[in-house]
Amino acid sequence: MSAVRVMGAETEFGIHTPGHSSFNATWLSTQVVHAYSLETGHRAAAGGETRWDYTDEDPLADARGWVVPRNEAHASQLTDEEQEVTAAQIALEGGLAEAADGTMGPLMMNMVLGNGARLYVDHAHPEYSSPEVTNPLDAVTWDAAGDVVALAAVRRIAATPGLPPITLYKNNTDNKSASYGSHENYLVPRHVPFPHLVTGLTPFFTTRQLICGAGRIGLGQDGSRAGFQVSARADFFEAEVGLETTIRRPIINTRDEPHATADKYRRLHVIIGDANLSQVSAYLKFGTTALVLDLIENNAVPDVEIMAPVGTLHAVSHDWQLRDKYRLADGRRVTALDVQWMYLEAARALAERTGAADPVTGDGHTATVLRLWEEVLAGLSGDVSSVAGKVEWVAKLELLQQFRDRDGLAWTDPRLALIDLQWSDVRPEKGLYHRLLQRGRMERLVADEAIGAAALNPPTDTRAYFRGRCIRQFGAQVVGASWDSVIFELPHQRRLQRVPTKEPLRGTEALTRELFDAHPDAASFLAALLGTPRR
Amino acid sequence: MPAQEQRNTSGRDEEVEADAVPTPEPAPAGAAGNAQTAGVDDLLDEIDGVLEANAEEFVRGFVQKGGQ
Repeated sequence: MSAVRVMGAETEFGIHTPGHSSFNATWLSTQVVHAYSLETGHRAAAGGETRWDYTDEDPLADARGWVVPRNEAHASQLTDEEQEVTAAQIALEGGLAEAADGTMGPLMMNMVLGNGARLYVDHAHPEYSSPEVTNPLDAVTWDAAGDVVALAAVRRIAATPGLPPITLYKNNTDNKSASYGSHENYLVPRHVPFPHLVTGLTPFFTTRQLICGAGRIGLGQDGSRAGFQVSARADFFEAEVGLETTIRRPIINTRDEPHATADKYRRLHVIIGDANLSQVSAYLKFGTTALVLDLIENNAVPDVEIMAPVGTLHAVSHDWQLRDKYRLADGRRVTALDVQWMYLEAARALAERTGAADPVTGDGHTATVLRLWEEVLAGLSGDVSSVAGKVEWVAKLELLQQFRDRDGLAWTDPRLALIDLQWSDVRPEKGLYHRLLQRGRMERLVADEAIGAAALNPPTDTRAYFRGRCIRQFGAQVVGASWDSVIFELPHQRRLQRVPTKEPLRGTEALTRELFDAHPDAASFLAALLGTPRR
Repeated sequence: MPAQEQRNTSGRDEEVEADAVPTPEPAPAGAAGNAQTAGVDDLLDEIDGVLEANAEEFVRGFVQKGGQ
């Protein structure tokens, strides 16, 4: 039983140029990536950007054991192809851009960052994909580092003459039927049968929003019905299990792209979560999900099956007063909180058996996840406002209610919709979450300094360390990278050198730091790493 | 918001049952507010100062393309 597991997060940011509606969203997103490349000065020598290595991407592989034919897939599912709008076309549309070295070149659409993350243009949004980490606290830290990256890009663009000011929002919908994701990824042993993941996770995901929903004004995908709801994403989910991520979104996503040794691991791609700014909500999102995966792997999940999970998911989100009961397959009727308590009890029982939560011999994470999970469930079961500093939807609801109180606003008042939107503005002076954080109304688990450092440095205990250090130390020679590879182009060598990184827990600081320190140049580093004679 | 209205929102919520009778719009929760009215007033004033001008137009202008 443990909250320790390889995991990571992806954030697609909402992107906006207030007062201007004519800009192409992909072009704007490219400006964000490009601005950050100027900020860091990371720029590969050959192509002007770190090309993504699509060799091992397989977005049409379904975890249930088949592959969707390409001609039957929705165009947006073909994430292993270069996008229709290439950097060159973007450059034609937007003109050339100045590079870090002062030369003119095409805009960048993809970067691998020195902290091991990926920053790129995903359809019409800038996306930050965090490096792989091994525990929920690091997941919060390197996910929040992405907000720092986004902020740096926004600042740079604001200071660039000729560019429209761009604002980025860490949210999930425009309240006009469009949604964009914040995904989580968890490494799961391949031998765990996928149907066990479906049955173990579905009741959990249907109710997990109570601890990590971000809150939302408006009901329905277009937000047109008045009211508040717990989750920003729930109304966009229309299926129980499926491969799609952009249409007919499923509670359990079956994309089977392990980005690792495929016969040992699968990567569970979780698309149902809300983007979180609240650190406690984010921490519980990663931590409790890791614990539930452990329950599944140990055949210790609670005996609970929700009837009609999709409808229940929506209903739980709309029932922010936590009054409704939902029918289980065995005929019982329970609240969404009851379901969460069942999972917590099961997780606590397993942790007691394994000793993972022991203060001395435990793993150092499980005990904290269990404690915060219980605190939040107890708060939600009693005085809900007692967890306003922890749970994001409660914090947002409380702020909205305070405005309603003071100004007598109806749920349909555009001022409340603006508060909901501006909640997630990444700029600390404009973002309302950040205003509450600065006033000490939101609890901190990670200091700003640690988040700032994580925007620059990779985690030390996964292969992200290897990737990040390669970029930091040999950036000019790295022409491509992906989750499971780094590709070098050395001067005077015609062949590219591809270093596979298929094992998420190798390439760590403990295993590779000496090598990096001993070899300041890429050629001797690769020779030592790969055991090939130096030329 | 009446519970009845909440349950009709997705069209797939037939399985949902509520114990609570439909009630009128609930009074906003004011527990934290009562304890620290001054703090809340101060906070709301501060937020008034950072909110974008013309809420309706700003919110209407925020149009996104769908993502994953």
